[in-house]
Amino acid sequence: MIKITGKAWKVGDHIDTDVIIPAPYLNITDPSKLKEGLFEPIRKNFSKMVNAGDILLGGKNFGCGSSREHAPLAIKASGISCVIAKSFARIFYRNSFNIGLPLIISPQAVDGSEEGDLLEVNFEEGRIKNLTKNSEFSFPPLEKFLLEISSEGLINYILKRKNEI
Amino acid sequence: MGWTITEKILGSHIGKEGVSQGEHIFADVDFMLANDITFPLSINILKELKDVEFKGIKKLTLVADHFTPNKDVRSAENVKLLREFSRKYGIKLYEGGTCGVEHCLLPEEGLVVPGNLIIGADSHTCTYGALGAFSTGVGSTDLAGAIISGKVWLRVPETIKIEYRGKPQKWVYGKDIILMTLKDLGEESGIYRSLEFSGETISYLDMPQRFTICNMAVEGGEKNGIIQPDKITEAYVKERAKRTWKFYYSDSDAKYAEVRTYDISKLTPQVALPHSPLNSVSIFEISKIEIDQVFIGSCTNGWYEDLRIAAEVIKGKKVNDNMRLIVAPATYKIYLQALKDGILEIFASAGAIISPPTCGPCLGGHMGVLASGEKAVSTTNRNFIGRMGHPESEVYLANPAVAAASAVLGRIAHPDEVK
Ligand code: SF4
Repeated sequence: MIKITGKAWKVGDHIDTDVIIPAPYLNITDPSKLKEGLFEPIRKNFSKMVNAGDILLGGKNFGCGSSREHAPLAIKASGISCVIAKSFARIFYRNSFNIGLPLIISPQAVDGSEEGDLLEVNFEEGRIKNLTKNSEFSFPPLEKFLLEISSEGLINYILKRKNEI
Repeated sequence: MGWTITEKILGSHIGKEGVSQGEHIFADVDFMLANDITFPLSINILKELKDVEFKGIKKLTLVADHFTPNKDVRSAENVKLLREFSRKYGIKLYEGGTCGVEHCLLPEEGLVVPGNLIIGADSHTCTYGALGAFSTGVGSTDLAGAIISGKVWLRVPETIKIEYRGKPQKWVYGKDIILMTLKDLGEESGIYRSLEFSGETISYLDMPQRFTICNMAVEGGEKNGIIQPDKITEAYVKERAKRTWKFYYSDSDAKYAEVRTYDISKLTPQVALPHSPLNSVSIFEISKIEIDQVFIGSCTNGWYEDLRIAAEVIKGKKVNDNMRLIVAPATYKIYLQALKDGILEIFASAGAIISPPTCGPCLGGHMGVLASGEKAVSTTNRNFIGRMGHPESEVYLANPAVAAASAVLGRIAHPDEVK
């Protein structure tokens, strides 16, 4: 997971978890079914339009609201490989890394990119290239702790380090 | 340099006196909870594991409160998963007649106590900060991780100290105090931070109002809300605690990212307009808004004291012809008390629908969802788009007295307008 390339999808500020995945889907646990409800209140059938590897751009406070892990699970199941936003809500942030959906905070990349642009993200170098617009943005590389959790998944992380933590 | 109450509690759970802001820690969990929505995802993870010891499992309690009584086959199947899990591992599960909204039920049962480090797979787990505990919401994977290891990873937050001065006026409660505070803090200022609520006003607030304040601490993105224990806390805990507790206090030289002071003596009832809990105005700034439904309940304002306040306003009156009033006592103990004291009779005579304890309408689950274009006044904590039903419905958040007055008049109203 050092580098990914994908097409951008863009949503606005304060996208809360009720918008990401509304309550009627909360008694579903199978991610492949869960994704059908992704962004239903604002963009019906979103998951059908997404191709594996695509990148989601969000505004401020993305993922605010409830602790439902259904939200990052549905995003990941749709094929989205990473979310770049101006800022993230706290529980959404940890949930996403725990299940292996990496998040990047970069207000510049969000403002400087439009839906449909082709983006390339390099996690190790902390760089986002907008290949359509020929522009580039940097972000502080993720802390080692978070990178490890998101590439291993929290459960494997814990199992591997049983005696250390 | 001293420590805040949050830093002391976190420190004591990694075997230290305190912790530094920004540090990542794996801390011991004292108590954890999950519900019928979040735990099935944890079960999915746990059932895949072979030969793994569940070191933290005895710290877990399950509450099947969101869709209780089970609203459809899928919800029933999820609760069945919880039942099977709880029997297999000897874990307490609250469902059926003993169920209640988790964040009211667990303090009432004396299962969450001061000084604890508590995690819950539900964002409003921050409610128990009112007891002087560190308590925060996590996801289902975090919970599975804590069942395996007995620990949770945390990034130590900075603290914002909130100081309240003065005594609240009549019809002004913890709900109004937190709505005003959230609006003033604004979006993002609280993200990843801890809110420490303090000042003389706290001594005028009973435990339910303190729970309401800490309950909504999460709406600005905060990690936890916390109130230092006092005599009121002690009296509440002594009567109920089933586990040992410890009181922690912030040092006078503790480091705060920011200190904000508010005069509560002039505060008026607040209403949060759609579609954000941070969007509140004084009730006096609202012109005539007709409504279709009022909901009194939830982990924010489904306490016995909230029902009593609402009943005081509605006594001898009728629910307006153009609307529905739904009242859901948060727990079975609250239900029973309200039944014995005649409070439920006041609601029923007024034409209210009395619901069993459930989250139900609060998350647009069941027991009263909104149609397109409908407007509701609700004593809950969130009014996001589609939160209580159709994406084109609207939710106004208010305290129980305003909710009751609105039910009588069919529009958003101040309790003094009910004659
Ligand atoms: S009452 Fe509402 S906010 Fe509280 S736990 Fe239930 S769904 Fe969540």
